[in-house]
Amino acid sequence: MLKYLIKRILWMIPMLIGISLISFLIMQLAPGDITSNEAAFNPKASEESRQKLRELYNLDKPVIVQYGLWLKRISQLDFGNSFASHQRPVLWQTEDKNGNITKGLIQEALPITLLINLLGIFIIFSISIVLGTLASVRQNTWVDRSVTLFVFVGFAIPGFWLALLLMYWTGVVNQWLPISGLHSPGYLNLSEFDQTLDLLKHLILPVLISCLSGLAGISLYVRNGMLEVLNQDFITTARAKGINEKKVVFVHALKNAILPLITIVGLSIPGLIGGSVIAESIFAIPGMGKLFYDAVLMRDFPVIMGILTIGSFLTLIGNLLADLGYAWADPRVRKGLVK
Amino acid sequence: MLNKFLSTASLISVFLLISCSNDSYEAIDYKDNYLVEDGGEIVNAMIGEPSNLVAMIAGDSASSAIAANIFNTLLKYDENLNLAPELAEQWFISEDQKTITFKLKNDIFWADGKPLTSQDILFTWKLVTDPNTRTPYASDYLLVKEASAPDARTFIVTYEQTYAPALDTWASLQILPQHVLKDEDINNTFFSRKPTGSGYYQLDQWINGQQLTLKRNRNSTQGQANIDKITSRIIPDTSSQFLELIADNIDFMNINPIQYQRVFPSREDLKQRIGLYKELGNGYTYLGFNLKKAPFDDIRVRQAMNYAIDKNEIIKGVLLGLGEPIASPYKPGTRWNNSKLSPYPYNPSKALALLQEAGYEKNADGILVKDGKPFEFEILTNQNKQREMTAVLVQRRLKEIGIDVKIRVIEWASFINRFIKTGEFKAVVLGWSLSLDPDQYNIWHSSQQGPGQFNFVGYENPRVDELLEVGRRELDTSKREKIYHEFSKLMLEDSPIVYLYAGYGLSAINKRVQGIKKPAPPAGIYQNSFEWYIPKTLRRNEIAAQ
Repeated sequence: MLKYLIKRILWMIPMLIGISLISFLIMQLAPGDITSNEAAFNPKASEESRQKLRELYNLDKPVIVQYGLWLKRISQLDFGNSFASHQRPVLWQTEDKNGNITKGLIQEALPITLLINLLGIFIIFSISIVLGTLASVRQNTWVDRSVTLFVFVGFAIPGFWLALLLMYWTGVVNQWLPISGLHSPGYLNLSEFDQTLDLLKHLILPVLISCLSGLAGISLYVRNGMLEVLNQDFITTARAKGINEKKVVFVHALKNAILPLITIVGLSIPGLIGGSVIAESIFAIPGMGKLFYDAVLMRDFPVIMGILTIGSFLTLIGNLLADLGYAWADPRVRKGLVK
Repeated sequence: MLNKFLSTASLISVFLLISCSNDSYEAIDYKDNYLVEDGGEIVNAMIGEPSNLVAMIAGDSASSAIAANIFNTLLKYDENLNLAPELAEQWFISEDQKTITFKLKNDIFWADGKPLTSQDILFTWKLVTDPNTRTPYASDYLLVKEASAPDARTFIVTYEQTYAPALDTWASLQILPQHVLKDEDINNTFFSRKPTGSGYYQLDQWINGQQLTLKRNRNSTQGQANIDKITSRIIPDTSSQFLELIADNIDFMNINPIQYQRVFPSREDLKQRIGLYKELGNGYTYLGFNLKKAPFDDIRVRQAMNYAIDKNEIIKGVLLGLGEPIASPYKPGTRWNNSKLSPYPYNPSKALALLQEAGYEKNADGILVKDGKPFEFEILTNQNKQREMTAVLVQRRLKEIGIDVKIRVIEWASFINRFIKTGEFKAVVLGWSLSLDPDQYNIWHSSQQGPGQFNFVGYENPRVDELLEVGRRELDTSKREKIYHEFSKLMLEDSPIVYLYAGYGLSAINKRVQGIKKPAPPAGIYQNSFEWYIPKTLRRNEIAAQ
């Protein structure tokens, strides 16, 4: 088991290098660099100054040399500084000689994105398991059909449209919830408890919107998994033994049906650090989606590569965790691994 | 993608607002005249976060908007767009027109209480011209041969040759404090996030990605502003900004023509508490041709395009009437604008006649053909809703006279690098600014055609070159005026671009903010924002009850 684990972890190194090389090359395929953003298209800004900037950032060197330089830095876990004029560190804060701390871009964007996604995943899974089980137990009844209808409507509604409707209804017409942002004005004067409450109020709509599309997939997954299990012989046996129906469904069937969900949870780990540009723009949340999107538009290579590297690292970790989780939950898989 | 989505979103929000008009905000009876009171807070919304509050390094509009409140320049433009003193009290131009002497105001201080002297100005000049400073704006200041600060209140610059836009450049260089920055690397300094300035406001708090708060600078060199705090919230989506505005969480935002012309007129309750302002913006949109390639190397073809396009229709369709046709690259109403010129009228038959003269014939399908080849070309533009819609209207009018136009919308960086820099285009819809100084050497002089330079349409006219050169050396305003009037006239005749429109800048401001000039002066409403005030009875509660 331990040997297997070590082998898997060592394999991740060449994988990561391969992924980063491909990402780096693809990124360079897009025309333009940091000096060709819209603000630089200004007759007062000279081409010489842009050329100087290109040299400074080694953008005039061949791609493979640039990649080598990047790899050298990243091997010391140095994600570098953004090319944008704020020059902020990509990953983690730095301190200058006077003790002024400049926060890292990912350091600031990641917590809020993680919070929204974790809340989202938690809600998606808890609701989906309930809905999916309900639909499978009442297969082909109005309950089943309305669950299916509900999740598909949720899946089909454009998130930004629903978001605007909800913002208008809960924020303008009724003033129940804040419209956008993460904090109310003057939140610094509130107590810590009220600050948390204020933040949660701001997160209700964004989390709700981010759940919508996931709900459909997962609940149908649970429903179909349940149906398959419920038709198996051991369920019939359990029923024949006279175990009460609740125990049959929730203990015997559900346990087996949600096994494959472990894989889905594992696969969604890299998704945790990705945010939706659209939702983040609408709700004015400074998260990872907007950070990445803006970096791509600006051709801010250190930021793009930083996010991609962390994302691919998490993907590999997620796969590993999913496999391990599977082994933990399913004795058959566990035995296979130990052999 | 995002642009498309955003505009759809705003359309939907418009629909929402029209269809749903009950709301629960208490009606305030706004008086005509309030007493000027100081204090209070104004909250506005901005689309992007400032990157760096040192304007010479930053270059994005969000940064300059904030930095303009914090820093001062030697000169400024007054409400009628004439040069006026800011840090300098007076300025003198020498006999040979090569030396400018600035006399600073007496007793001016930085926000931290240290005196602001000519040494700071010398320091800023050295900084902007230092080859290690990563600023795109050095070239204007590199023309200064010698700069000196003989005493604390005098700053003297001498140019190699007379340089007419010189004064304009001193109205845009924000002066930085030497005592704070002398040992700092300007390219990467904490000062860019925690600046010490001399303007009306200083930075109070900056919450990354969310908001910036400015508070009044007690040591301001320009006297005291009325409003105590300015909070700028970063809300990237304009539909969300609009919802915040009508929910009374923000006081100020820039709006689009649909909101101005359709939403507000249909909502009495909004009109009652939110004021609308329009002013001519600082830019114009044009259809530019590649003059190096057929068919647009022929002046008759370009003029025909100009006659075939109905500019008023575009202004009506794209801007809902909130724009003006222009005939020169200068702001209408300013001295540089040649008022004798008028835009090409919409005249398709004249366009056809010109095209026939250039050798085009209509074939059986009604398509213009020359040497067996149909007249077709592609208009490129970047992802900008107004430019896309403009291109569609151009396409339609050109189709009517038998020209087949295709439209291609491209992301900015790709657009510039693959098409503009390489010259691989036939026509583009883009915009230029209506600069306050008339010098447009960088855009229209024939020497400025290299890759990455700004005469990418490839305009060459020896007389225009001459005028642009002379205009840069002439400091006499009335002589300069004649030079640029002639330049504008030649430009209009040669039609290297078709001027499509100059749009209005539209703002919606809550009526609690008083003292805004209406109609807007030529410099725009923001010019006197330090005089705006919020009467006590109209102020928002200090901690909003959210």
